Amino acid sequence: MKNEFKIIANLIPIQSRLLDVGCGDGTLIEALIKQKNIDARGIELEENKVKKCISKGLSVIQGNAETELSQFPDKAFDFVVLSQTLQAFYRPENVLNELLRIGKKVIISIPNFGYWQVRVSLLFFGKMPVTKSLPDLWFNTPNLHMCSIKDFYQFCEKKKIKMNKIIGINSEKTSSINRINLEMKNLLSEVGIFLIS
Amino acid sequence: MNYKIENIKQITVTKPLKLDCGQTINNFPIAYETYGKLNKEKNNAILIFHALTGDQFVSGTNPVTNKSGWWNSIVGPEKAVDTEKYFIICANVLGGCMGSFGPKNLNEADGQPYGLKFPVITIRDMIKAQESLLEYFNIKKLLSVLGGSMGGMQLLQFCALYPNRTFSAVPIASTTSHNAQQIALNELARQAIMSDPFWNKGNYYKEKKSPKNGLAVARMAAHITYMSDKGLQERFGRKLQEKKDYEFTFDADFQVESYLRHQGNVFVDRFDANSYLYISRAMDYFDLSKQFKNGLIGAFQNHKTRFLIISFSSDWLYPTKNSKDIVIALNASGANVAFAEIKTDKGHDSFLINEPEFSETLKGFLDSNFDIFKNEK
Repeated sequence: MKNEFKIIANLIPIQSRLLDVGCGDGTLIEALIKQKNIDARGIELEENKVKKCISKGLSVIQGNAETELSQFPDKAFDFVVLSQTLQAFYRPENVLNELLRIGKKVIISIPNFGYWQVRVSLLFFGKMPVTKSLPDLWFNTPNLHMCSIKDFYQFCEKKKIKMNKIIGINSEKTSSINRINLEMKNLLSEVGIFLIS
Repeated sequence: MNYKIENIKQITVTKPLKLDCGQTINNFPIAYETYGKLNKEKNNAILIFHALTGDQFVSGTNPVTNKSGWWNSIVGPEKAVDTEKYFIICANVLGGCMGSFGPKNLNEADGQPYGLKFPVITIRDMIKAQESLLEYFNIKKLLSVLGGSMGGMQLLQFCALYPNRTFSAVPIASTTSHNAQQIALNELARQAIMSDPFWNKGNYYKEKKSPKNGLAVARMAAHITYMSDKGLQERFGRKLQEKKDYEFTFDADFQVESYLRHQGNVFVDRFDANSYLYISRAMDYFDLSKQFKNGLIGAFQNHKTRFLIISFSSDWLYPTKNSKDIVIALNASGANVAFAEIKTDKGHDSFLINEPEFSETLKGFLDSNFDIFKNEK
């Protein structure tokens, strides 16, 4: 399991009720069911991945999170997880509002556009960055709304969304992010994980 | 339509059953078939519900028609629903014509076949009648219930009526109620039957002729709705039937005409026209949301059953939207639900065919749920 998932898993208490939005082949929820006996649901767009999840006995529905989160009641889940997908929605703000409506807490991870390699690529080479967490080229990337850790931090502040915990990942290293080290971590983290409510 | 009774297993339901129409029936037969073996723990049982024109002969060879069972591509040894692993039960529905209590049965009151004196039945009546089978086999909790089309309606009714009788459930290409178009199509079929002069207000069992033409037309119309536009076009297009040019008659010039006529003709040999009226009526009356205070959400509130909803992209009779409405209701009531839309050109009939994406998904779901169910006990 990738480092990001391990960190997310550590944030989840046992027997929580969780929805994984864009759950892929179900790696995260499968591990969480085994480790922490959680009650998990998933939503995934791609038919093949949905099939894999169902074959593992996971309760995953095929659907588009952009339009289909409205079917869940308010605070239906203890946690809603959105891993590196927010930037791919047409209206990320609407999706975020939905996540906060249906989940008591929301865990969002974002590929950090403020990461130094990204900045170097644009500044010195004048090209759109291609990194481990941003592997696609400008013409085939699903990402529509890239942001940095700092952008998302300020967005949460502005929208009065409570940030319970922020974690930065740089390959295998992780570190806690706060107001004081924000500038530095925004430069050094490839991925940012926000626990918000 | 006539069968040898020795090929059909039956139980007699002695418990009085109060039907939705108000009448009470008792001491009536329910025909069934089983495949595979019930294990010692009794945790490998799967109840399958058949569709409008199906019967209890799911797998292998149907001993009455000598044709393949209607779900033979999916159910059997080492198939998606593996009869070497699971114990399969399927009953002929109440109102049917393959051994269960239906309009062609004799009315004890006058010794004549019921015909239209048979009470109008509902999907809920069908389910209550079948529950006796679980008692008969002494099965407390099924591993799963499966059903496509009307089978899916029965399944949803079963889950709503008996929340703790199954561990998992797979409604396929189904709905919680018919919309206007679905009712209209059934009405078309019924009118085709009733306008056949040999239908004779349902009294034809002792006549030389039965409403075969009407029933065949009903089947032809229905058959069109089971296939997609693209599927039909790719298979037949404008191809002519064993001829080089038009014959300028009303015989079957086109292959598609010949195909539909064939479908109509083979159907009338195995199905009773009055049963078609009764069962299609039950489908039209079905509206699960009407049975509960909170509508569909109330139907599934606090259920532990693990649902897998399946739809087919080219099914226009029970389109994906019908299935998604089930998913939405289940999610709104906090139930445990998975959903997959299978991409296919085969239309509504996809659930009867071995579409790899479909059968693999179904197999994966059943096998993984069997593991979870076994460990739960």
